[in-house]
Amino acid sequence: MKRVFINPEFCIGCRLCELACLTEHSQSKDLILAYRDEVASGLLPRNRVEEKGYITASLTCRHCEDPYCVRACISGALQKDPETGRVTYDEDQCVGCWSCLMACPFGSIKRHPIKEKIVKCDLCPDRSVPACVSSCPNQALTFEEK
Amino acid sequence: MLDCGLVKSKCRKKFLKSKYIYTGVRALLYQSIVQNYHDFVVERNLDLCINCRVCERQCSYLVHYWDENRQRVMHDSSKCVGCHRCEALCPTGAIVIKRNPSQFRENSHWKPWFLKNVYKQAEQGGVLLSGMGNPQPYPIYWDHLLLDASQVTNPSIDPLREPMELRTYLGSKPDALEFVERDNKVNLKTKLSPQIKLNYPIMFSAMSYGSINFNLHIAMAKAATELGIVYNTGEGGLHPDLYKYGPNTIIQVASGRFGVHKDYLNAGCGIEIKIGQGAKPGIGGHLPGEKVDAGVSLTRMIPIGSDALSPAPHHDIYSIEDLRQLIYALKEATEYRVPVSVKIAAVHNAAAIASGIVRAGADIVAIDGFRGGTGAAPTMIRDNVGIPAELALAAIDQRLRDEGVRNKASIVIAGGIRCSADVVKAIALGADAVYIGSAVLVAVGCTMCQRCYTGKCPWGIATNVPALARRQNPEIAKRKLVNLVRSWGHEIEEMLGGMGLNSIESLRGNREKLRAVGLSEIELDILKIKPAGR
Repeated sequence: MKRVFINPEFCIGCRLCELACLTEHSQSKDLILAYRDEVASGLLPRNRVEEKGYITASLTCRHCEDPYCVRACISGALQKDPETGRVTYDEDQCVGCWSCLMACPFGSIKRHPIKEKIVKCDLCPDRSVPACVSSCPNQALTFEEK
Repeated sequence: MLDCGLVKSKCRKKFLKSKYIYTGVRALLYQSIVQNYHDFVVERNLDLCINCRVCERQCSYLVHYWDENRQRVMHDSSKCVGCHRCEALCPTGAIVIKRNPSQFRENSHWKPWFLKNVYKQAEQGGVLLSGMGNPQPYPIYWDHLLLDASQVTNPSIDPLREPMELRTYLGSKPDALEFVERDNKVNLKTKLSPQIKLNYPIMFSAMSYGSINFNLHIAMAKAATELGIVYNTGEGGLHPDLYKYGPNTIIQVASGRFGVHKDYLNAGCGIEIKIGQGAKPGIGGHLPGEKVDAGVSLTRMIPIGSDALSPAPHHDIYSIEDLRQLIYALKEATEYRVPVSVKIAAVHNAAAIASGIVRAGADIVAIDGFRGGTGAAPTMIRDNVGIPAELALAAIDQRLRDEGVRNKASIVIAGGIRCSADVVKAIALGADAVYIGSAVLVAVGCTMCQRCYTGKCPWGIATNVPALARRQNPEIAKRKLVNLVRSWGHEIEEMLGGMGLNSIESLRGNREKLRAVGLSEIELDILKIKPAGR
């Protein structure tokens, strides 16, 4: 399956990927409204740019072959889709136990700031290429099979 | 505008309400008043700004900053160099960089440029520095030249349907060709001099590793290889990782001899002796120690952090005879496998000097006009020394023809080639090929802010700071360079076809294809071009 890969050598730490993710997962699909208003009501980017000195890297769910989060999920909200290979999340089923948060070795799952739910990358099912990859000005993020 | 946040709440409210804020509040305190006569202002549209801080992260001159008190991104326009990086990356289009509208009283003689320079020097007592080429409003002869096209009596050619030849060979051509016939086969008897083969009459000009970073060097090397043209190492040596692109590399030997050794000399498809540079004729290069990192240190063979100063002259070349010695020393070192080029800045006696260079045994004469760029030059030199490349080119081509030695060397012109039409005009004026340097940098993002000498290029070009250099992804840069040269190639083919020519060779020195508008008789005589209508 295609995954999002980061090449830290060319990540410039601009964080436009976070803004793109935020917009894609907002209701308004408008960056300004999403950032100003929807963040206050709990909207979060699914990815996170980690920084150490000048080394930066945009990190998000790896959609693992055998995901620890899916194994840890007690409610069946997290599933590994056998067809697409994506790790899917059903918010309605989630009971907010945070087991997946503890299990993920990459720290790629975030707590929803308001609800007892989680926030996690869905690889933008409505787009051919995830929003973060499309927005990267230096092509440090790529969407490919490796 | 004083620091409103600290003065009165009423003032502060008004301040926060205003749609555009012209000056950052940090600007005024603790700095010389001269800095307030800054060139650019940052206009931030507060309806659009979401305080995402992308601008802050992109600006290497620290114009944008996060204001803890206001919980908002603010800016200090006095630090802005006008590179437009923040504007380009702002995801909401909230930022516009404008010329500072603040005006001094009109004075045709004492323009603000001169006032600001005097203020700066009175303050700091140093030499004014600049980057890129001469930006002053001297005549641009390319813009006075017009190309011909076929109508009725001579058919034009459609390059999409018929073959069109842009291939160019640089090097010394024989006076005549001799053949031998044997067994019904014709063979060439004349021994040909080494040549550089170019698929387009365009080369990437000398920009040293150090002045620009490794990412761009590898991009130029890969692009040149893909296009079948060459790039020039500049005076900073050749990084070990780039030796494999040797067949598409001209290696340069300059007065500092940085990184010059036997393997280096034999690494490329040509050698260039750099005597002078269009942006700063008469003075040597200066790479500030801050730009000398481990890679540059290895390649230039100098300690990390030390300034790389090239002497103004080559201290072993004080005459044409001395130049001949170096040319032949380099030819010996490479066993006569590669052509040797000599690059000079376009100066007053360029034609006579070029004649001497050809007689000294150079296979290529490269001339760099005063619009040619640089990573660092004293502003006064950049803006006042040298002559236009167009005039130097015409004079040199004519002189070499008059003396019957034009075939002994190819002429390469550099310095301010902006588009494919400039290339066509240069070739019609007598050039064999052109060097493009500034256009290469613009292709990868340069906005000509002319601050290359600071080593803080926000576009990741003229910098070796790891955090900034990574802004140039070599794969993207390579693709842009390949696109640029290919598109210019298509345009050159179109222009040639329009003139009824199917080969760049038929245009070379063909001044009948040029007409001039708005030039004096003397200029026409130097260019050897008829006025339009004649």
